[in-house]
Amino acid sequence: MQADSDTAPAIRDAITATFTQVAEEQGKTLLPLTDDLALMDSGLDSLCIAIIVARLDDELGLDPFSSGDDMILPVTVGDFIKIYENASA
Amino acid sequence: MRQHNRRSLRDLTNEAGADPGRFIADASLRLPLETQVRNTGRGDLAGSLRNQSILISATEQMTAVLALLALDGVARRILLCPPDLAAAHLPHVISAGEVQAVLSDQPPGPDDPRATVRFITCQPNDLAPPPSDADRVATEWILFTSGTTGAPKMVVHTCETLVGPVERARAIGQGAVWSTFYDIRRYGGLQMLLRALVGGGSMVLSNLREPPGEYLGRAAANRVTHISGTPSHWRRALMSPAARDIRPRYVRMSGEVADQAIIDRLRAFYPDATVAHAFASTEAGVAFDVDDGQAGFPAHLITEDTPVALRIEDGSLRIRSSRTAIGYLGDNAPSLPDADGFVDTGDMIEQRGDRCFFAGRREGIINVGGLKVHPEEIEAVINRHPEVQMSLVRGRANPITGAIVVAEVVRKSTATTGASDTIKEEILSLCRSAFPPYKVPASIRIVDSLNVGASGKLARVRA
Repeated sequence: MQADSDTAPAIRDAITATFTQVAEEQGKTLLPLTDDLALMDSGLDSLCIAIIVARLDDELGLDPFSSGDDMILPVTVGDFIKIYENASA
Repeated sequence: MRQHNRRSLRDLTNEAGADPGRFIADASLRLPLETQVRNTGRGDLAGSLRNQSILISATEQMTAVLALLALDGVARRILLCPPDLAAAHLPHVISAGEVQAVLSDQPPGPDDPRATVRFITCQPNDLAPPPSDADRVATEWILFTSGTTGAPKMVVHTCETLVGPVERARAIGQGAVWSTFYDIRRYGGLQMLLRALVGGGSMVLSNLREPPGEYLGRAAANRVTHISGTPSHWRRALMSPAARDIRPRYVRMSGEVADQAIIDRLRAFYPDATVAHAFASTEAGVAFDVDDGQAGFPAHLITEDTPVALRIEDGSLRIRSSRTAIGYLGDNAPSLPDADGFVDTGDMIEQRGDRCFFAGRREGIINVGGLKVHPEEIEAVINRHPEVQMSLVRGRANPITGAIVVAEVVRKSTATTGASDTIKEEILSLCRSAFPPYKVPASIRIVDSLNVGASGKLARVRA
């Protein structure tokens, strides 16, 4: 799947699709994704989140966590999406 | 070998302090340590295991802790089975370890290879130490690490080699409440348990099946003061709102390279805590702790004039101390320390000025959140696919787990059928049936060729 990285909704859609796909592959029950949901309460473990980051790098060509020493760690699903949206802007 | 003055783990725990407030807790139990180390139980179970080789293969970490307290100094050998050991390796473990009895908290499953020897299903209360004050046996403790072929390597320690690094915990004294994201059946977790027991403190056990938020909530409720994990554990923890609930005095990282970003982040997040990172491995023991807020370690630690001697040879760090393992278990096992008594860690060191930094592993081992993955093991499974010519597995940097497994695959030239996506899916399902999730490639790329070096080996980029 190739998402159009110019538009924010495409990024959001790609991210939610990847969440759903990885949850299914890893046999996890994913809660309905809302911006307020804490990532670690979403039903995914840290390996799932790590896989999602690797997949999004493949699909969107974005790795917003790789740059610089300023480590931003997202707490909520909304934070996570925002980091990708900012990286593509 | 018996010695009258030998101290068992239970003796050391007892001698560390009789504070009735000392406890050990997991998600469902909170036991006073005092009753666990006094002669209150029947003790007949542990008594019947005297001088035997025992495989502790339990679901709950608590069972393993109580078994260690009951059996150190009693059993000839304790094999501390990690939670993720594949059943396929059990027959080898049982024969190489000369296992005479298996201790578990769940009954055996159908065709369970562990049921070929005496199988004991026990509850925590069954695990009181035997009442006699008989001589203590020098019990071997066997820890497991991953090997290149997928079969675990069994590393021989004793209570003495393991407690070696704990001296400083004694100074911290009573009242410290220790905890760790690690399972205590891994070296890094076991070190924290021993600090709690031998240092006179208490222990809060984590649980692999528990979400990080709930574990941190329990840690907060039990007023944890000293807490450890890999940098990946901590990155994950800092993504949980519950990270704000704990008030640690000491935050420790080990098991992976602690980069400057995670050190800075933890110091900012827990301003009242000492943030330390340690270098340790199952084979080499704990080499050093650094708490100056900088990544890497001071070059002056590389000296052979101290009890923990450090040496750099062929670029990799070597360690000689009384804390290193005694060797590997089993026939044809490689001998561990070299002629000078040094254990090669396989970790490559780069010195810049008066600071030394870790520059990856010599053998290309991938460290996924503190769990080691040998690329060869994954490649062997991928190469089973009939359309795969060759494959290269490597680590890709990842902000959550430090690294993640990815694969590049070359298709056989004769292979014309099948879309790439179908082949990727088939490779993934091969890997999923062979490995735990952290070893399964997160990404597979079909490529035209792979670099093969002059040695005829795949050119591996150091992860």
